[in-house]
Amino acid sequence: MSTPFYVSPQQAMADRAEYARKGIARGRSVVVLTYADGIVFVAENTSRALHKVSEIYDKIAFAAVGRYNEFENLRIGGVRYADLRGYSYDRADVTARGLANVYAQTLGTIFSSVGDKPYEVELIVAEVGRTSDNDQIYRLTPDGSVVDEKNYVVVGGNADSIGNYLGQRHRVGLSLTEAVKVAVDSLARDPNGGSPRSLTPEQLEVAVLDRQRFQQRKFKRILGNQLGRLLDGDQSAEADDEDNPADTAPE
Amino acid sequence: MEANTRGTGRLPAAFLTPGSSSFLDFLAEHQPELIPGRRGLPEGAVVEAPHGTTIVAAVFDGGVVIAGDRRATMGNVIAQRDIEKVFPADEYSAVGIAGTAGLAVEMVRLFQLELEHYEKIEGTTLSLEGKANRLTTMIRGNLGMAMQGLAVVPIFAGYDLDRGRGRIFNYDVTGGRSEERGFAATGSGSVFARGSMKKLYREDLTADQAVTLVVQALYDAADDDSATGGPDLARKIFPIVSLITEDGFRRLTEAEVTEVAVAITDERLTRPNGPQAPLI
Repeated sequence: MSTPFYVSPQQAMADRAEYARKGIARGRSVVVLTYADGIVFVAENTSRALHKVSEIYDKIAFAAVGRYNEFENLRIGGVRYADLRGYSYDRADVTARGLANVYAQTLGTIFSSVGDKPYEVELIVAEVGRTSDNDQIYRLTPDGSVVDEKNYVVVGGNADSIGNYLGQRHRVGLSLTEAVKVAVDSLARDPNGGSPRSLTPEQLEVAVLDRQRFQQRKFKRILGNQLGRLLDGDQSAEADDEDNPADTAPE
Repeated sequence: MEANTRGTGRLPAAFLTPGSSSFLDFLAEHQPELIPGRRGLPEGAVVEAPHGTTIVAAVFDGGVVIAGDRRATMGNVIAQRDIEKVFPADEYSAVGIAGTAGLAVEMVRLFQLELEHYEKIEGTTLSLEGKANRLTTMIRGNLGMAMQGLAVVPIFAGYDLDRGRGRIFNYDVTGGRSEERGFAATGSGSVFARGSMKKLYREDLTADQAVTLVVQALYDAADDDSATGGPDLARKIFPIVSLITEDGFRRLTEAEVTEVAVAITDERLTRPNGPQAPLI
């Protein structure tokens, strides 16, 4: 009878972490940063149908990199979790912290279970607060760790170099136009020091959690013309007719 | 916490199973007891609960208006004077509910969530027909309760972005739905409201005229049906009126409704039966 190879637990975990990290590093990055009126998500994504950034609930959004079917599964689980919780308690009781927690438990259990392969995904769960001090951004890694991030966060390939660049450029209280410009510049940089690429609106997926929206649901995608004008630095693109409150807000 | 059913804090398998984009289906599988119609009553039990009364809706050029009175009754008692029975379902549709108030309000919450859930999962909104069909499913699920006196009968109104016009769907207790041309009414005062609108409705109404039309119809319903509340000038409680157009759902402000309701009430001081249609 053959004896199975002994693999130390440290080695097994390190191998799994390495496996997940490699999967994630292959993908393009997603940048999430705060601006004066909320949180903006910028992803490099040529697909109009398969999103990397999505709405979870009123004030909560989700961004992910890595293997699509895995993070899509987690996204749907998150939407179901949030909707069920909001339905059985109240809409105000759905929080990013709670969601980050169940994601962490889910990822952590899968990561350490011998039967499963670890998920090759890295997630961001963000919640826009009433003021910028209350904005929350959580980053979740495949092993189930949660990192509470301030102001900006990057996941995906080149996360380190993009993060360094953002660290130098990001300030609290950027306008939306400035924030998108910083984010796009950071994504367009060549990590090997070459000249930056130029990213067109078709290559980008941009969405915001805007606390100034009068609607209950603060998530909004920035699409087409509006995105083009925003990238050109046109400040007027920040406003959207739809966001002007009618005489009474629907409840 | 419902996500914590197995003590590990991770999302239960049902949450991560790909499949339906319907929140209702998910609920039916995962927590059926949360569905309003699934809570069976003991055999033969009769429950007395507040009932909401009259809802009216009318199509005008460019959209649809839906309105409801503010009264809830329990037998001969007025249970609530300022109940709200017209709700936005999503950005381009609204639902107004007559019947058992408690169940109706819960059903509306679930219906709103159903539409929102689909939108988030699929990244696109349901067609207006699709939304109307989801409501059918929910009403049908409530049939058992309806047979014990806890019926919920809604009107669903929305702006059809594909066809570029307002549409109204009326329901019966079994979930049977019929699309109404022009105008519709449901609830205890619906007979009188429909009679009123029959004489006043024209196809070329503007939005403002349509608002006047529905408030007139509610006045006539309240005039002849004791369970429907008329404009309450003393307490300043007036009907809830909502418009749905290409620009989306908008509930008229109190000031706007007050103006229309007061004008109608004033006019009725000289002509108590309201405007008169020509004999032929």
